[in-house]
Amino acid sequence: MSEPATAKKSPVLSAYARYRDWIPVAGWVLVAVALLAILPGMLSAIDITQFSKYYCLATVAVGIGLAWGRGGMLLLGQGLFFGLGAYMMAMYIQLTDAGNGKAPAYLQNVGEFSDDKLPRFWEPFRVGATTLALIVLVPALLAFAIGWAVFKRKVKGAYFAILSQALLYAFVIYIDANQLQIGGKTGLTGLKKFFGLRLADRDNQKLLYYVAAALLLASIALMIWLYRSRFGELLVGVRDAEERVRFLGFDPANVKLAAYVLSAVLAALAGALYTPINRHIGTGDFAVVPSIMMIIGVALGGRTTIFGPPLGAIAVSYTQYRLSSEFPTLWQYLLGGLFIVVVAILPGGIVDLPKLLTKGRYAIEDLIAKVSKSTSSGPPPTPPVTREQAPTADVTA
Amino acid sequence: MALYINQAFSGLGYGSILLLAALGLALTFGQMGVINMAHGEFLLAGAYTGHVLLDVMNNAEVAFVVSIPVAFVVAGAIGLLLETLLISRLYHRPLDTLLITFGVSLVLQQLYRDLFTPQLVPTPRPSWLGGNWSFGDVIIKHNEFFIFVFALVLVIALALMLKLTPLGRRTRATVQNRDLAESLGISTKATDKLTFFLGSGLAGMGGVCLSLIAGTQPTTGTGYIVYAFVIVIVGGIGNVWGTVIAAFVFGEAQKLLGLEFSNDATATVLVFVAIVVFLQFRPQGIFTVRTRSLA
Repeated sequence: MSEPATAKKSPVLSAYARYRDWIPVAGWVLVAVALLAILPGMLSAIDITQFSKYYCLATVAVGIGLAWGRGGMLLLGQGLFFGLGAYMMAMYIQLTDAGNGKAPAYLQNVGEFSDDKLPRFWEPFRVGATTLALIVLVPALLAFAIGWAVFKRKVKGAYFAILSQALLYAFVIYIDANQLQIGGKTGLTGLKKFFGLRLADRDNQKLLYYVAAALLLASIALMIWLYRSRFGELLVGVRDAEERVRFLGFDPANVKLAAYVLSAVLAALAGALYTPINRHIGTGDFAVVPSIMMIIGVALGGRTTIFGPPLGAIAVSYTQYRLSSEFPTLWQYLLGGLFIVVVAILPGGIVDLPKLLTKGRYAIEDLIAKVSKSTSSGPPPTPPVTREQAPTADVTA
Repeated sequence: MALYINQAFSGLGYGSILLLAALGLALTFGQMGVINMAHGEFLLAGAYTGHVLLDVMNNAEVAFVVSIPVAFVVAGAIGLLLETLLISRLYHRPLDTLLITFGVSLVLQQLYRDLFTPQLVPTPRPSWLGGNWSFGDVIIKHNEFFIFVFALVLVIALALMLKLTPLGRRTRATVQNRDLAESLGISTKATDKLTFFLGSGLAGMGGVCLSLIAGTQPTTGTGYIVYAFVIVIVGGIGNVWGTVIAAFVFGEAQKLLGLEFSNDATATVLVFVAIVVFLQFRPQGIFTVRTRSLA
């Protein structure tokens, strides 16, 4: 936001203008200190695991913030990539838990002890390095294929959202129905070791907490850099005026594709980390409804901002954790209400609150002016401050 | 062979179910562009209306017949309320309607849970729909046949309404060019409200019929919503017949592929992938309304 030339140069404003670019960096440092130094000391052992999960979901939210907030693509099916990453990691863990020649735990549960019946697609996940590579590559290629098919044909908006949801739905149905291939509805449970670390161990859980926090911080840092880059500007351009970007000689499909693939990779990495933290993965963790839940945190925190999506996601997950077991009914109403209120009244998220309050103040002032005008038939009262004359409230945003 | 014929009939039945679920959406999403994620809960509103009437009347035959018009009014009224309170403010923000109506669906689901318990509830299933006809090895269930006929009647009524009545003309005009319709003296707001009322009411009637086959519990609605949206998209926005074709092709593909692979899930995955490929060639669906807009 550039200041109008006539505005009085206040020292605060000019300082703000000079250091504006560093504000996200300062915010990142604050978040890093909070996540890495302050919170671990305050949290109990159970909460450490809970917060590790929230950081994974927050990483997904960062990706959604990029694609939806900056790119205008509503991702209803991020659970697809989250689930892919999570299952690939779970397959690796089950295979290493079982050891060579033995069936992974899910097959042992149904009474198969040798790995003759193991489907072929499990083979690559015997090795840690290939697993890690595939966790990035498979979702990236899939997102590329979907994005290519969809964006090049200019399918957008609601169609894309519903299509991504349908693909997620198909994925969930496939897993749920294939007990012998991938564990079915029960999911892959009883995960024990993650690259040699015993997952039941408190110290290892704490280590995973730091890994999850690091992943989140890295993804936020990536966004700070991206949003400032030429690509970030182009992405916003595509969101706000796709045709103009096209007429300027860019292909909006490529810009969208890059953002979509990146958000898919972030979701997959988060999913891969979620599995050892949760020590269990099933379709219930990322099916259609949990995938929409990933959206609400982003909307609440402010989809176009850098810190809004992850912090909003953490806030929603934490509230859910606190409320849903004690007051399940209340939580459902609250969550539904949250969707309605945030989207209807605060479409920009919580950062819109000051703007909304200012708007409310003007409305009240207008009302008072109107009332006093109609009651006193004498000379008109001094006109109320109009929107144009009022100082902009945006400087804090 | 009889196996395939049976499965084909089963596909017709399934297609009619999907059609009933999607028909209301063909109006609210297809004509108005409103993405109503609470549509599944509107279906359930119809099913629960049947449940309440069965409770009151204690007679499945009468309760079923009465519940069809009552469900239309009940679901329509909920839809009208939703349109007036929330959706009417959001016509220029389609993605936001999606999120808001998802919130509404969460609230409605919890409401159903509080009012009718989370378990399955009994719904009116008249005895004259309980049997089946058998022609040799081919079996046709009465309830599936009824749903098929009922769905077709609703489609024809809806198509005639859109084609011939003043409301239909106004709806089409509003869909094709809102500003121009407004400037010709059509009250687009009133049209929106009435159309949404009709679409939601259709969902309510569909819900009564769905409860003939599927169980009724608070989460039933979510199961239909993904299919319903996909069918409307594949059928082509703004065209009821596209929805009909898409629903039956979807139903048949699901059932026949399910038989071929002896696995319904594989069939579903294949159908969804086929849809993505199909939208490659016809991104606007089977039938398209031609416009000059760039989008």
